[in-house]
Parts: sequence; structure tokens; C-alpha cells
Amino acid sequence: MKLDQATIARLAEHLETCELEARDTPKITDEFPDMDFEDAYAIQDAIRARKIARGNRIVGLKAGLTSHAKMKQMGVTEPVFGFMADYYTVPEGGEVKVSELIHPKVEPEIAFVTKAPLKGPGCHIGAVLAATDFVLPGIEVIDSRYRDFKFDLKSVVADNTSAARYVIGGMARPAKEVDLRTVGVVLEKNGEPVAFGAGAAVLGHPAAAIAMLANMLGAKGEEIPAGTLILSGGITEAVPVAAGDAVTLRVQGMGSVSLRFC
Amino acid sequence: MDQALITRLGDELYTALTSCEVLDPLTNRHPEITIEDAYHIQQQMLSRRLAAGEKVVGKKIGVTSKAVMNMLGVHQPDFGWLTDGMLYNEGEAIPADTLIQPKAEGEIAFVLKHDLMGPGVTAADVLRATEGVMACFEIVDSRIRDWKIKIQDTVADNASCGVFVLGDSLVDPLSVDLLTCGMVMEKNGDIVVTGSGAATLASPLNAVAWLANTLGRLGIGLKAGEIVLSGALGAMVPVEAGDNLRVTIGGIGGCSVRFS
Repeated sequence: MKLDQATIARLAEHLETCELEARDTPKITDEFPDMDFEDAYAIQDAIRARKIARGNRIVGLKAGLTSHAKMKQMGVTEPVFGFMADYYTVPEGGEVKVSELIHPKVEPEIAFVTKAPLKGPGCHIGAVLAATDFVLPGIEVIDSRYRDFKFDLKSVVADNTSAARYVIGGMARPAKEVDLRTVGVVLEKNGEPVAFGAGAAVLGHPAAAIAMLANMLGAKGEEIPAGTLILSGGITEAVPVAAGDAVTLRVQGMGSVSLRFC
Repeated sequence: MDQALITRLGDELYTALTSCEVLDPLTNRHPEITIEDAYHIQQQMLSRRLAAGEKVVGKKIGVTSKAVMNMLGVHQPDFGWLTDGMLYNEGEAIPADTLIQPKAEGEIAFVLKHDLMGPGVTAADVLRATEGVMACFEIVDSRIRDWKIKIQDTVADNASCGVFVLGDSLVDPLSVDLLTCGMVMEKNGDIVVTGSGAATLASPLNAVAWLANTLGRLGIGLKAGEIVLSGALGAMVPVEAGDNLRVTIGGIGGCSVRFS
């Protein structure tokens, strides 16, 4: 840790206020170039504590920066993780108010729901599949609080990995019945297919992201409890959206899920 | 464009193909070439291959993604011819020195069991006429220097087709969602591209129907037994000697190829 508690609390307040007021900020490492990953996750945890204190519930976890291309670009070997608060949830077919966001983008993902606790170290894809109740399509709406999405890894971790909104839906399937490596996705914006990918774009296999999360939490003596919803990471590049856009994600063998922006 | 020039350009492309040499873009030397002229040049290049003993085994559809259409400034796909001389099977090695500047694309190949004659061919007709679908690699290659192609250059050059590789399974098209099936391409163990069926004209069925209808207007039919490569499901990847590639398509199968 390079930052003291007061600084961590101040940065958490700053970033959360930016989220709640939908305004952007320069990345925090500009002011604190020496901060480390422990600091970054401590800021994220402080944001989480602020929400819980306000009466929000934490309803899920998420992985970010999960593609090999993106990790190479950012010079890291592991993805980053964040959480989802209850008010991030959009019902199937529901609306997102863009006035509540800064510069939203959507990403197609596979969502996992666990039925047994997952605890690292040593968590692997098989363990994740065994502990998964079902998988289903999910669209994550990311909205970095950093100006023009210009950030480094520590800044994005502190900013709860740009988490903002999400929708899950379509047809849930038992994880063991789906080839999550080759499962294909088609993201449509206003009826036009705009992004295409397959599960392997996430660390070679979406369950690998869940295993890495369990291992990271395990190193801190924590686990992923049974019944946890986890978004496993974007399968394609993020697609910018604006008011009036309708977005649908189709996932092979899992139907589709949609949301609208107003 | 007069027939003599069409014949000369088709011959130039055939010579470039067989000697692995590149030409300057045809559109630099003859800016007046139309897409129709380009298809006539393509026919001349093909007729030289057939005269040399190759047989037509199918067609390929190209320029099926929005990204490539935008790059080439067109709003429709193109097509080229597949011959037996271009065909490799699962796991075979392709001698890299038989190609010029190859790139690999992961695609779905259709194997037909009935003739398809446009116009008026629908996605349902394509399904009825299809024996099965296979994972495949199209190894595109350009006889034009540094891939500096306009749409007329690539059409004339047999839609930049090099060779193609058919995969390990033939799957009933009714058993797979061709729109959402996922494509994963690995090169030397790294995942380099992923995509899905809708990347080609919103559905591979649209691509095959487009081809049947386009050929139908020219009085050409697709024949039972022919292979149709339905367009890339993701970005193309440069390849060279020593590379080992595999593509897997969800619900369909896989295809491997090496470059020696």
C-alpha cells in the first residue's frame, strides 16, 4: 500500500460521486502515480462500502479486460475484477437512461450463476463448471468515469472496472452442456449486427475468468459464495451507445437478451 | 474494355499466380475497368487454369463483412472460383512457397446435395440444397503487390482466393444455428481471432443465397456436390512457413492446417 486511509477514502468518494453525478474526471494515477494494485482495490472496496452504507445491495461480480489482446496492450497477465450494485440491474428488455451515464458502451458477455462456493488457490475451469448452476447471456454497460476512457489498469480497478449497468436474460443453460469456448455471440445495435465473437475471446474460456477471480479472492482468504452472479468479461470490443439505441445480444444455444437506451 | 485487353490482363494474372509474382494494381494501369470487366478478366484467368487441367469444384464468396465493404467502398459481396488444385484437407501441410502473401480466414463451407439456380433463391432453398456444412480455412492470397487492391483488382484476381482447407466434420445445417455459431482461430497456440456466423452478411445462408441469385442472373447454377465458401467470420490473419493453425466452429467442427 502506498496510499494512506484518508487518501483512499477521498479517492473513493471522488470516483463514486463522479459515477452518481455522471461526470468524468482525469485518471487518478495522474495525481498519485505511485499507487499500487492494493491501493486500487482498496479504493474499489471503499466505494462498495459507501454503497452498502447507503442501503444498496451488492448483487454480483464482474471480470474486465479479459481478452489477451487487451491484456497485452495494457501489459498485464491477469484480468481485473469489480462488483455490481443492485441499481446497476436492468430488467430484460428494460431501459437505461443515458443521462445517468457519462459515455456508455456495451459488451457481450456470458454470465455465470454459482450453486456452490468457489475458493482459490488452485481453482480451475473444471471446478468452476462443477460449481456453476447455469450460464446465460448478459450485456454489460460499461461507463468509465475517466475522461475519454483514458485510463491505466490501477485507475480502472479503483473505478470498479467501469461497471455501470447490466442485463441478463435469454435461455439459461447448465454450464456442462455448453461448449463455452466456441459458443458464438452476435451483438446487434438497432437491428444491425455490429460485433461478433466466441467465448474463447475471454482468456481462452470464459470459466477461466471465474477461476482467476476465485484465486485472487482466495489469496485474500475470501471466496465466491454460492448463488453469485458473475459477468465473465467482454467477448468483443465495446460498442458505444446513445439515447434511442436498442441493443440485442444473441448467444448460440442461449437465445437473446436486449435493452434500450433512452 | 475490349476483349484483347481482358484476355491480356487475365493472362497476366494467371502467369502471376503460377510463377508466384505480383502485379501492380490493374486499376492503376487501367482506371476505367468496371466490376463487370473485372469478372470477365476473372473468367479468362479461370479458363487458363481449366486449360491446364484443373476442375471447378465450387465457388467462394468474398467481401461479406461491413468492414471490408467499407474498405473497398462497395455495398455488395464478390465471388470467385474454387478448383481441385486449390483444395487441401484437414491437417495437410500447404507449401508456403506456392503462395505469395497469404492470409487465413475462418469460414463455413457448404457442400451442396442439390443444384441451386437463381434468381429467387431464398435461405430456405439454401438449407434444402445443403448436404452439410464444414469448418474451413480460406487462405486468401493476392497477385496484386502488397494487397493494394480496389474492388476491381480483387474481382479480376479470382476474389483474392489462394487455396482452401476443409475440416474434420460434415454437419447437417438443420442441427446448428448458423447465425450465432462461434468461430475460434488459433495460430501457433494463441487465440488470434474469434467471430460468429452473422459476421458474413448477417447469416451465411444470406451469402449463399446471394451467390446463387447473382450467378443465376449470369445463367450459371450452383451444382450438387459443389463447395461454397460463405465468407470470413472474423479478421484475416497473415501466415508464413512454420505456422500451425486451427479453427473451431461451435456445433460444426474444426479444421487444422500447417504451412511448410
